Amino acid sequence: MKKLINAPEAVLADALVGIAAAHPELTVDHVNRIIYRGTPTRAGKVALISGGGSGHEPLHGGYVGLGMLDAACAGEIFTSPTPDQMQEATKVADSGAGVLHIVKNYTGDVMNFEMAAELAEAETGTKVASIVVNDDVAVEDSTWTAGRRGVGLTVLLEKIVGAAAEEGRDLEAVTALATRVNESGRSMGMALTSCTVPSAGKPTFELPDDMMEIGVGIHGEPGRHRVALAPAASIAQQLVEPILADLDFTKGPVIAMLNGMGGTPLIELYLMYGEVTKLLEKAGVTVARNLVGNYITSLDMAGCSVTLLRADDELLGLWDAPVNTSGLRWGV
Amino acid sequence: MTVADVTLDQLVDWLTRFRAFVTENQGYLTELDSAIGDADHGANMARGMNAVLDKVGEPETVDALFKTVGMTLVSSVGGASGPLYGTFFLRIGTSAGPVTSLDGAALAAGLRAGFEGVVSRGKAEAGDKTMVDAMGPALDALDESLGSGSDPATAAAAAFDAAQRGRDATEPLVARKGRASYLGERSAGHLDPGATSTAFLFQALAEALA
Repeated sequence: MKKLINAPEAVLADALVGIAAAHPELTVDHVNRIIYRGTPTRAGKVALISGGGSGHEPLHGGYVGLGMLDAACAGEIFTSPTPDQMQEATKVADSGAGVLHIVKNYTGDVMNFEMAAELAEAETGTKVASIVVNDDVAVEDSTWTAGRRGVGLTVLLEKIVGAAAEEGRDLEAVTALATRVNESGRSMGMALTSCTVPSAGKPTFELPDDMMEIGVGIHGEPGRHRVALAPAASIAQQLVEPILADLDFTKGPVIAMLNGMGGTPLIELYLMYGEVTKLLEKAGVTVARNLVGNYITSLDMAGCSVTLLRADDELLGLWDAPVNTSGLRWGV
Repeated sequence: MTVADVTLDQLVDWLTRFRAFVTENQGYLTELDSAIGDADHGANMARGMNAVLDKVGEPETVDALFKTVGMTLVSSVGGASGPLYGTFFLRIGTSAGPVTSLDGAALAAGLRAGFEGVVSRGKAEAGDKTMVDAMGPALDALDESLGSGSDPATAAAAAFDAAQRGRDATEPLVARKGRASYLGERSAGHLDPGATSTAFLFQALAEALA
């Protein structure tokens, strides 16, 4: 393992020191491992809190700021944060208008956020709502399983719902919007390599040079299928087709994200985005806005994911609204 | 209390032995988790049980002991194991109450309450390829052994046997809960890491009561 670290067990604490140094506009609670905006939540504004295992940067800490999150709880690498972190963030960020927890659908994240919401409501009477993001079409959805993973759509949801909260919409309206965004988006990912979790010291799985994993999440885990490496045009097809088969994206404008997993250069991400847009055009899908880059990563995994979100004038307006975070910034 | 009752010292010994198992087998648990999960189970359980043993001190009652254990796991582990193992110990404490020892029936009732907490928190059923597959058979064996008149030590040994069989039975299963479920059919052919750490939990109990 070759990494820019001091010790595997100190990665998160040391990284938070760097985040605080790089972003004096943020407030970092190093004890509870929470990243806040530098100023308290405005009275009457619903607070948006997310969090999850670390290793997905810029998600979630990179999306704290005007127009997106009010606080992000950082867990150990790929491990959900704990209920007391989330409860503390909920207490601090609440302005009295209530708090929305944005949770990616993983067993641990869901359980810890549930416990935190119960504790916050019982101990401080804070109004807490939650949205569980589950956009990954690689996973078959069933009431008998843990369901689909929350992946790329989380970024788009935090942006859009963040803008709505900034407008002053109440908790019920913000939660309803979050539900609508979650129902309107789908993602699919692939990996060229696994990644190395610092505490494990070696790649989570071995992948021969001529093979790739299709249908991966964001934790360096194997995907649904291992297949032969193929040209980018074919890979794009293997990502786009399952998304279009799952939801109709031809009825209106679409927001598209071509996301890097952390270990793939931007030139390859742009190349892939070119292939994806060709396929979307052929399928009658109109891309109104896009993001290309590393927005929700899996440590040093090489690979990418595609996310599509059905939009309308309201969602596009919220997308275009000013945002000022270290991970997304425009209109300010 | 009778000589066969489980003392506070034995319960702390249970936790101490469990800590030893998960720290000595940290790499093994992580290896199992790498195959079908996200490679953090060993590190998480070791961090959690080290924090538990730092906090436990000399407890005065069974409920105080397990409240400390449960809250420490919930607040130091994260992931799925934190709330699941945390809830398990919290419910044992609530079930036992402010006593200083447990007879066989109280031990069984406490473990059963913990198990029910795990099931309701994780919403897993038997055969989902989770810790439930080791814990359920272990508690059934414990009840059966106590029912036939065995002492807690003998019953705990029977529980450990059943936990091992339950752990081994997870190997061919296709996961339906937890991160391994995302692999679908590819999760078959691997032991479940949670069921494996749960087998260590019962091995530690059997050794502490022996």
